[in-house]
Amino acid sequence: MSARVVIGADSVPAFPRHVKLHFNKQREQWVILAPERLLVPDETSIEILRMCDGAASVESIVGKLVEKYNAPHEVIMKDVTLMLQDLADKGFLVA
Amino acid sequence: MTTMTKTKPASPAEVQAPLAVLAELSHRCPLQCPYCSNPVNLERASNEIDTQTWCRVIDEAAAMGVHQIHFSGGEPTVRKDLEELVKHASDTGLYTNLITSAVLLDQKRVEKLADMGLNHVQISFQDSEAANADRIGNFKGGHKKKIEVSGYVRQAGLPLTVNAVMHRQNLHHLEDVIDMSVELDAERLEVAQVQYYGWALKNRAAFMPTYEQLSWATEVVEKARERLKGVLVIDYVVPDYYARRPKVCVGGWGRRFLNVNPAGLVLPCHAAESIPSLKFDSVKDHSLAWIWENSEAFLKFRGTHWMPEPCRSCDRREIDWGGCRCQAFALTGDEFATDPACELSPHHEEIFGLAAAEAEHEPPPFIYRKIR
Repeated sequence: MSARVVIGADSVPAFPRHVKLHFNKQREQWVILAPERLLVPDETSIEILRMCDGAASVESIVGKLVEKYNAPHEVIMKDVTLMLQDLADKGFLVA
Repeated sequence: MTTMTKTKPASPAEVQAPLAVLAELSHRCPLQCPYCSNPVNLERASNEIDTQTWCRVIDEAAAMGVHQIHFSGGEPTVRKDLEELVKHASDTGLYTNLITSAVLLDQKRVEKLADMGLNHVQISFQDSEAANADRIGNFKGGHKKKIEVSGYVRQAGLPLTVNAVMHRQNLHHLEDVIDMSVELDAERLEVAQVQYYGWALKNRAAFMPTYEQLSWATEVVEKARERLKGVLVIDYVVPDYYARRPKVCVGGWGRRFLNVNPAGLVLPCHAAESIPSLKFDSVKDHSLAWIWENSEAFLKFRGTHWMPEPCRSCDRREIDWGGCRCQAFALTGDEFATDPACELSPHHEEIFGLAAAEAEHEPPPFIYRKIR
């Protein structure tokens, strides 16, 4: 039995094997695919999720976003952590 | 999640490509579950479409923008070309899911399927208790085999969903079914209450739970969901006999989903053949895209044009899309009728009162599924 994934700054988020972040060419649309599930993330979410490659930590993902958007670290960290935790709780993400 | 939506709301006027395809490779199955979702008149092996035709259908689905393909049946593993079809679908970028009873699988074949790019396996369980499970599926040793194969699935690195069809003859084991799913290291558990069409409708009195049993089950699921957050995802499908409003069936008729049956007929839902007035088109005669856009069976109940009152002016008409046409026909003899699951249907009280009364009586013997 596995335990609940808790997302923090040191977490290295990735998609579990049954979840695919996929670009559907016909629809020109990024989607998250899982059994009986289909999520259509918004643009910001996609940007974050595409960085969830199983190598980058939450801290480094946030760092890149802080730089790109010139936004406060704590605000971005809070938003990113919330979003990733929600996905992890729904079984779409591991860390 | 606030930043994402499950699916984009579709405009009622435009026909978007389906999201998922259910590929029923065969109606053959070693199990005989009396609630099988297949039609009562099952297709024989000699009517099944060949590998080449399936590959073409898969290509056409991918070209339409379909996201997911579910290989199902009957029992899809009776087809020797399953591996080839999984590989073909996987190569087109489709998310591939195998919906199986697992009893015909061995470790070698599971590994092979994983190598072919299979994304996910869903195994049906009839109960957590072997003797009762084997009685329901009418297949001795089936439960033990399912447990074994679940292990092979995990060893092959494949994700696993436990699909447990629940009803009055196993609902009391729900907590054990949840524990079993955690022990099997499944990612997901589908607690599917029997839906009453086809075989299940013949056996309704044997399966229908009481309202009290159902409320208890809902409570068990809610508690387990909280306790197992991030460990096990639990999907819970409630029978709509005790609902006040109908469920949205297959995301709305001809809106999200299509089903290719073993003979190549394309159906808006897996039970659609139970409506005798519907005419289906075959992938042998037309492309999947042509059928999706033009087939009479899809056009008949797509959108809201077909609705009688009170559905036509109902503010939920584009939420539940009129509920389930198969259920409306099965219970009222009129496929246009308001789904009796809706409390606005004149049949609602009578039909569901009858079902609730059945649930209080001793269950009758099963009528097992078989190919005549």
